[in-house]
Amino acid sequence: MSLLEIKNLHVTVAGHEILKGIDLTVNAGEVHSIMGPNGSGKSTLAQVLSRRETYQVTGGEVSFNGKDLLAMKPEEAACEGVFMAFQYPVEIPGIGNTYFLRSALNAIRKYRGEEEMDAMDFLPMFREKLKLLEMDDRLVNRSVNEGFSGGEKKRNEILQMAILQPKLAILDETDSGLDIDALRSVAQGVNAMRSPERAMLVVTHYQRLLNYIVPDFVHVLVDGRIVRSGGPELALELEEKGYSPMEEQARQSLPASA
Amino acid sequence: MGKMVTTAIQNVETYLGSFSEFSKQAAGHSLPWLRKLREDAFERFCETGFPTTHDEDWRFTNVAAIARTQFALAVDLQGRVSDSDLKPWRVENEAVQLVFVDGQFARELSRFGSLPKKVTVSSLKEEIARSAPALEAHLGRYLNLERDAFCALNTAFAEDGAFVQVGRGVVMEAPIHLLFVSTAASSPRMVHPRNLLIFERESQATVIEEYISLGAGTVLCNTATELVAGENSTVSHYMIEREHQDAFNISTLRIQQERSANVASHSLLLGGGLVRNNVHPVLAGEGGECLINGLFVGNGRQHLDNYMHVEHASPHCSSRQFYNGILDGKSHGVFHGRIVVHKDAQKTDAKQTNRNLLLSDDAQIDTKPQLEIYADDVKCTHGATIGQIEENALFYLRSRGIDELTARRFLLMAFAGECLDRMKPGPAREHAGRLVHEHLLSVANHLPGQPSGEGEIGRNWEEAG
Repeated sequence: MSLLEIKNLHVTVAGHEILKGIDLTVNAGEVHSIMGPNGSGKSTLAQVLSRRETYQVTGGEVSFNGKDLLAMKPEEAACEGVFMAFQYPVEIPGIGNTYFLRSALNAIRKYRGEEEMDAMDFLPMFREKLKLLEMDDRLVNRSVNEGFSGGEKKRNEILQMAILQPKLAILDETDSGLDIDALRSVAQGVNAMRSPERAMLVVTHYQRLLNYIVPDFVHVLVDGRIVRSGGPELALELEEKGYSPMEEQARQSLPASA
Repeated sequence: MGKMVTTAIQNVETYLGSFSEFSKQAAGHSLPWLRKLREDAFERFCETGFPTTHDEDWRFTNVAAIARTQFALAVDLQGRVSDSDLKPWRVENEAVQLVFVDGQFARELSRFGSLPKKVTVSSLKEEIARSAPALEAHLGRYLNLERDAFCALNTAFAEDGAFVQVGRGVVMEAPIHLLFVSTAASSPRMVHPRNLLIFERESQATVIEEYISLGAGTVLCNTATELVAGENSTVSHYMIEREHQDAFNISTLRIQQERSANVASHSLLLGGGLVRNNVHPVLAGEGGECLINGLFVGNGRQHLDNYMHVEHASPHCSSRQFYNGILDGKSHGVFHGRIVVHKDAQKTDAKQTNRNLLLSDDAQIDTKPQLEIYADDVKCTHGATIGQIEENALFYLRSRGIDELTARRFLLMAFAGECLDRMKPGPAREHAGRLVHEHLLSVANHLPGQPSGEGEIGRNWEEAG
């Protein structure tokens, strides 16, 4: 059984159809990259999988670990093992970073029937992951993402992922806006988590990230459809030729009436 | 208009009987200054009557339900409260707790720890009985009876309440806790607690005024506090309203700040039905600093009105107003932030911020800044926001596994936390933090659009008017 199976997924946002029939199968242990130009639906796909309710699914199905993902609330999806690293992580003043993360971890542990973790056990683990991501210790005491730089926010996403240990990690344009140092430490954090039990969906606009996180499969999303799939070499082709040839091809393959 | 005025006077007449009886036997009735103070105040009250919504200061709060009700003064009901009833209402690490039952001091329920020298904590009634010299010098000197009928009414019936005097240079770490208990009322009852809090030069202290109910019924608690902060003193004052949702609570805190005095006023409105919270600091000496910090949390049909009147009367003073409101159900919040900068109060630095979260479609907030500036070298800013729980933040928390109700509570706690963070660390802040936390847990017990599980609570104050 595949970990994630998307069949003919149609999604509408505010009356506009954004995803127009996506089929995608992801097995545990695999890293898939979704690439595409602006407005192609990459982020919509990521958000739908993490169960954002503003996106309306108008057709198709998604199974995750054999369960109907589209029937889940965001917190249920998270507890089942879906994690999305946000393109724009949200600042939440007044909620401490560690308190938030421990609450999240314990919510997930509780859902799975595991014992909750107290602060004494949590902190050493937290500090160890901070080191892995080359993050400042000061972030322990700050509010969630408040006053973080762009790079710190993205590292914080990966830090959360490292602590919550999801089955499916979705990275939504995690590389956007990062300098090379931040990109390296983010990639280092992600690569440390690659494992036969875990799948990753790396959504990106740029090929650059894929030099550091090398995917098993690359899919190109244009206008709400996957127009090509291949290996890592497809990313290099895109880097060289850009998205235009594929966008052109997609337009031509549409029925004349469209 | 003519009809309105007549109604107001008629309603006032029902107080005549109470007053003539009260003024004959009240403590201190033979003290000429006190008798005059009460009589003048009552006369003033008769002239003005209760305010209506035509009055700019009362535009958002209709007190017709109070004006129409025939309230009687509380009689001696002290036997109705036992020490064990009060157990849940004690504050950890408090220096002293004065308990007032239906406005009257209850010595046997109060707790006096070992107070530092030069500190007096007693009841106003006892101080009147022994004709304490501080009374004539301060009582009634600061409250503005001209403007406010409730203050006039309170002064007319001023007899009991707390008397606190902290001597020069005394530093008290533990808070002085004043607990005002209202018991069940089978017929409408009014109480007019009057507090006089004097902090002499260079002293430092914290006072908690807390209002609670031990039973249901129609109760008007019309309280007034005069707080004198002497030169260079540091004072924290907490007003905590936790009465039941049928109670009327009108409170006025009038702060007189001398040179370089530093005062923090913290208000927590968690309970009460129709609540009006007046905070009126006058920065009378140079270099004074005043923090006016508040949180109001409404649900059911609560009406919570905060009227700030910050008066800068001297140069180089600063004031900071921060009020956060959380409104659910059909509750109605008001924030009226008036700043008056007198002609000579140059270099005034006054700031005002009111932030509100509306949790339901039927909740309502009226927020109104009012700046009157007569000096020319001042810095005054104000701002207000009204919003809902941020969907992005909610989704972010949920996407990490935290269920929606818990996530909402986190965000409410964070919002309320802004107010708690402005309190000086210590037992009073811990007490406030615990109350806010417990209250938010009980209020945020349902998702939006779903019933709260408590049904309709309280009455409709608008209709009642």
